[in-house]
Amino acid sequence: MSTKQKDIQIPDFRFTPTIDKVGVEERVARIQTRSIKGESKIQGMKMVLNMIDLTTLEGKDTPGKVKQMCYKAQHLHEAYPDCPTVAAVCVYPSMVKIAKEALGNSNVKVASVSTAFPSGQAPREVKIMDTKFAVEQGADEIDMVISRGKFLSGEYNFVFDEIAAIKEACGKARLKVILETGELVTLDNVRKASEIAMYAGADFIKTSTGKIQPAATMQVTYVMLMAIKDYFNKTGIMIGMKPAGGISTSKLALHNLLMVKETLGENWLDNHWFRFGASSLANDVLMQLMKSKTGVYQSGDYFSLD
Amino acid sequence: MNKNQSTKWNLDPAPESAGHVQLKTQYELFINGKWEKPNSGKYFDSINPANEEKLASVAHADENDVDKAVKAARHAYENVWSKLSGKERGKYLFRIARLIQEKAREFAVIETLDGGKSIRESRDIDVPLAANHFFYYAGWADKLEYAFPNRPVKSLGVAGQIIPWNFPLLMAAWKIAPALAAGNTVVLKPSETTSLTALKLAELIEESGLPAGVVNIVTGYGDTGSAIVNHPDINKIAFTGSTNVGKMIQKAIAGTDKKLTLELGGKSANIIFEDAPIDQAVEGIVNGIFFNQGHVCCAGSRLFVQEGVAETVIQKLKDRMDTLYVGDPMDKNTDIGAINSKKQLETISKYIQIGIQDGNEIYQSNCALPSNGYFCKPTLFIDVAQSSQLVQEEIFGPVLTIQTFRTVDEVIQKANNTPFGLAAGVWTDKGSKIFNLTSKLRAGVVWANTYNKFDPTSPFGGYKESGFGREGGLHGLEAYLG
Repeated sequence: MSTKQKDIQIPDFRFTPTIDKVGVEERVARIQTRSIKGESKIQGMKMVLNMIDLTTLEGKDTPGKVKQMCYKAQHLHEAYPDCPTVAAVCVYPSMVKIAKEALGNSNVKVASVSTAFPSGQAPREVKIMDTKFAVEQGADEIDMVISRGKFLSGEYNFVFDEIAAIKEACGKARLKVILETGELVTLDNVRKASEIAMYAGADFIKTSTGKIQPAATMQVTYVMLMAIKDYFNKTGIMIGMKPAGGISTSKLALHNLLMVKETLGENWLDNHWFRFGASSLANDVLMQLMKSKTGVYQSGDYFSLD
Repeated sequence: MNKNQSTKWNLDPAPESAGHVQLKTQYELFINGKWEKPNSGKYFDSINPANEEKLASVAHADENDVDKAVKAARHAYENVWSKLSGKERGKYLFRIARLIQEKAREFAVIETLDGGKSIRESRDIDVPLAANHFFYYAGWADKLEYAFPNRPVKSLGVAGQIIPWNFPLLMAAWKIAPALAAGNTVVLKPSETTSLTALKLAELIEESGLPAGVVNIVTGYGDTGSAIVNHPDINKIAFTGSTNVGKMIQKAIAGTDKKLTLELGGKSANIIFEDAPIDQAVEGIVNGIFFNQGHVCCAGSRLFVQEGVAETVIQKLKDRMDTLYVGDPMDKNTDIGAINSKKQLETISKYIQIGIQDGNEIYQSNCALPSNGYFCKPTLFIDVAQSSQLVQEEIFGPVLTIQTFRTVDEVIQKANNTPFGLAAGVWTDKGSKIFNLTSKLRAGVVWANTYNKFDPTSPFGGYKESGFGREGGLHGLEAYLG
């Protein structure tokens, strides 16, 4: 456990607050009727770009593909002036070194998935080694997965201890804990897993690996944001949030951003505290930004596919 | 660690356009399918409460006009409407429902301009629900003998209907649709502050080809309403409004054979137990009291929170209130619009003053209000005594009183300890607790883990000084059958 958390009383995770699914759906629907227009839309879209973890997590990833993605991370669209960079690139541990070199001294961070991503089906020693390897290769951030099987069978202490062990292995790297909400099924479980992760030392909580559907629905993200808010109110510690998987349009991303504003407030509207895990979102946002400048939509061929 | 370059990100205005709306400068009375000038020659102004600008002049009907309307309704009843088959009546109602859907946007904008409610609510709630009421009762028109088996069903005759200003079009639909489905004809009076959507509905009814005189709409003040109540040739009065006026109506028709349904005020309890889904309960509190600026007869205006979670709930409620957008009702992002009239704003302000003078802890959300128009900040009074005027009397505005409780028995006693009995909300994760409370709370509607939900199939109405008779569902149909 990290030093900042040593004085915090760990709650009994069997009794986390209950969630009413219908109520959450209504709340999210209200946010989705909000109309984001004009300058606020452009400002919001630039924030979205700056919060993206540009991701490639495939078995067939090559050093060339990762290098190209790293270039794009810093040069999203030359035709749009003052375009921000993304927040980070997210790759497998074997690609961390390549990404780190490609990004050089830029502000773009390197995030690495670890702990036998995406299933997490490996012994703890392997997960720790996986994490340490990624950190040694230069990863600034570690995206771990929780042991969903253990969680679903009620072994909350196991899940807690595992997260705490990985946090220790991370050293200075920031730890994002992936709950894989698509496998947790209920919002009550999402809330419970969020609390376990935060109390065990997560710097970020993250919805999904992107390999399982459904992934980052607004309902799930809302429940996690409220868990972060309650944790902050109890401890004074800010935790980051990363919805990942399924957010591919600027409209959905903007509504996510507005949801952060209406739950956690403006302090979280910064890529230190909020990220989008996405591969195709950036181009849709760029297309909208170009449209706001030129008045017309351009075809997908005008936006690079790295 | 704290790298907060906190960005200010505020939404740009997103006003709904009013360009497509067709409003006349002057509206006459809709009697016998024609637009008639008022006998007195008098007109009054309909004001936009969000900017205090005049929208139109509206005719002020007197006794003679009401008499003309009742005669037209009687004539249409005897000669046309009661002779038509249920199937044919249903066709007209379906047509009205579809026309409301077609003109939904125009109705929503006028409702917001005239009444001050947010465009989000008139667009997503008032207008679609109004259409749904017509659809629902259209379906019953040719099935009355199946709705009430083993008894003869017969329409009543002419119904006099008086509706309030909080849901102008929706209340007109609640009144007109079941009356017509059951075979009655109507004389309807909208509130003087919100006549316009009822008059647009009259235009729509004209367009639908409904036989002349089946629906008559007379606009005016209390004297017009009293002319309807006292007219000897009316068979049924349906009133939605304040308890005081309801009492006057009941006195006025005592000794006559007029049938009566009253849907009056409320001071409904919203009860949060420790095991409730807290964040969703907070949303329910907000929807319960701040929906339609609190101008809702069933508003959850008395909040009861179980001791153990009181502090958390109140803090979360304050945080949530600060994220509500208060202001221009035409902006698509506005959550809370304008108070309906200057008079109502004065009433609400009077109660807020009483609360402050009584030394109650007050919280108002930290929003800026527009400089013109009638607006009120969402307001909480914390730890208010059961005997306080704020708890006893209906405020009809965005003002919530908060009390805490320890046991189930205590909260049932306090929730029922009111002259009203319209609605209640219960928030708990435990089903058995919900059923225990629904059988003990003396309220017409009890919502479990939600609040302010309406549906045409569900009956609505009160206990005690909240009135009698039900609207909506089969119960609502029965009120128009002999």
